[in-house]
Amino acid sequence: MSQKINIDQIAELARLSLKPNEQAKLSKDLEEILAYVDQLQELKTDSVQPTSHVLPIENVFRKDSRKPSEVREAVLKYAPKSEGKFFKVPKIIEGA
Amino acid sequence: MELYQFTLKQAQEFLAKDPDRRGELIAALSNRLKIVDPKVKAYVNFDSKRVELQKDGRKKSPLSGVPISIKDNIVTQDWETTCASKILKGFIPPYDATVVRKLREAGAVIFGKCNMDEFAFGSSCETSCFGPTHNPWNLDYVPGGSSGGSAAAVASDIAIAALGSDTGGSIRQPASFCGVVGLKPTYGRVSRYGLVAFGSSLDQIGPITKTVEDCAMIMNVLAGHDERDSTSANVPAPDYTSFLSKDVKGLKIGLPKEYFVKGLDPEVEKMVRQAAKVFQDLGATCVEVNLPHMKYAVAVYYIVAVAEASSNLGRFDGVQYGFRHESTNLRDMYFETRDQGFGAEAKRRILLGTFVLSAGYYDAYYLKGLKVRTLIKQDFDQAFQKVDLILGPTAPTPPFKIGEKINDPLSMYLSDIYTISANLAGVPAMSIPCGFSDKGLPVGVQLTAKPFGESTIFRAASAYEQTTKWYEKKPNL
Repeated sequence: MSQKINIDQIAELARLSLKPNEQAKLSKDLEEILAYVDQLQELKTDSVQPTSHVLPIENVFRKDSRKPSEVREAVLKYAPKSEGKFFKVPKIIEGA
Repeated sequence: MELYQFTLKQAQEFLAKDPDRRGELIAALSNRLKIVDPKVKAYVNFDSKRVELQKDGRKKSPLSGVPISIKDNIVTQDWETTCASKILKGFIPPYDATVVRKLREAGAVIFGKCNMDEFAFGSSCETSCFGPTHNPWNLDYVPGGSSGGSAAAVASDIAIAALGSDTGGSIRQPASFCGVVGLKPTYGRVSRYGLVAFGSSLDQIGPITKTVEDCAMIMNVLAGHDERDSTSANVPAPDYTSFLSKDVKGLKIGLPKEYFVKGLDPEVEKMVRQAAKVFQDLGATCVEVNLPHMKYAVAVYYIVAVAEASSNLGRFDGVQYGFRHESTNLRDMYFETRDQGFGAEAKRRILLGTFVLSAGYYDAYYLKGLKVRTLIKQDFDQAFQKVDLILGPTAPTPPFKIGEKINDPLSMYLSDIYTISANLAGVPAMSIPCGFSDKGLPVGVQLTAKPFGESTIFRAASAYEQTTKWYEKKPNL
């Protein structure tokens, strides 16, 4: 089931503004990789359970206790842009 | 012998005898680095003042005063951590990764940050935004990847030992290419807290060292449960050094039929079979085993690993850390930051991961990949009912030339064909030097054990190393 991919749509989902010269090369690479991956289709897996994680660990909880966190200043100090206690980003709400 | 040539064990003994000479060891290593690293380019961040500051640390600890180098995707407090990506340039972590904290508590001096493929995406160290690292055995060749900087630094005697990370072979393949020892521990054996995530169900941190003994000494520091990594295993860790210098009599070693097929370089095959012969001569039994789904490992990996990578890399959007493309428009800031900040291989994997997770393709790709992952894991479970260890090549070829595979992603991916399945199954695996090609380039043999079977690997690897002593050969730099 060799796949033609819609590179514009995938790039939109991935939040990448690909330049025209990147698009052609990347779609070709992706189609080649997907053609290779297609060999998995020859295996019958209807009765096989998926493995998303190899360790038999589920829902690890810890006590919900309060602890001081003293990293705010260090985090904000090297942020691309900050103001007071906040990361600063371009305006989101139109006309505000 | 020069001080910079020390193994970890020798450095530890030297400093235990004379703790006041720790400055001398660090100076010897720093001077060697200044001469050698302009050729090898193993480090992305080295600052002798920063190293000086640490040298008067704890004096009575197991690694007291011993310098250790760290791959640049493991966070170090107040010390830039870039993952060799433009998008993280300028990121100064406010905390140490658990492994770094443990090394410091054991007295180690964090020596420098090592080059790598961008976000660990690669098998040659060529996708780094800082430019490639060179193989110390021949500077025209790649050191392997993604932990190529760590492996090249150890092989060049500009690191006593180093940490790497391994998602599909990123510790073992560069260890093989540089002629050093590299261990990917069992998934969950070592905390991933502070490792910049690539494939969260596959990533493990592990040591890259000059000898098997050094590797065991570092594992004694790293192994153990960490409440800050909910996937770390609550399984007691033994003293790994207690398994060294034991014989291998009675050990059953499996050679998978599927490993010795077309695509395996004849020189590598010969050396790997010789390694099996050494084990037999030492009293181990070698038998054939089957890993029937082995040939699907790369295909599964390029679904599962890229899917996890595409979601893990969602956090790099110019808001909190590293590089931002300034814009008056938020959407434009996200899209341009990511397009300018990520390199070609990172974009390839983000796009592929986004695709296999997208509506309409999830079942055909991602779910299918997870199911075949189950079959690969079952192959190992069955093999380990018959044998204690699996032996095979680490990489299908000796090191290749810089530039040889960088424009052919699929052929680059296939250089991890023998290492990927251990990550998919979560089992531990080590690469140890087993000889040199006709061109004088190193080749490694891989030993794989069942989950939490690192001790069996140490037992066999140390017996092999003591017999063959490949580590005595050093590159001319």
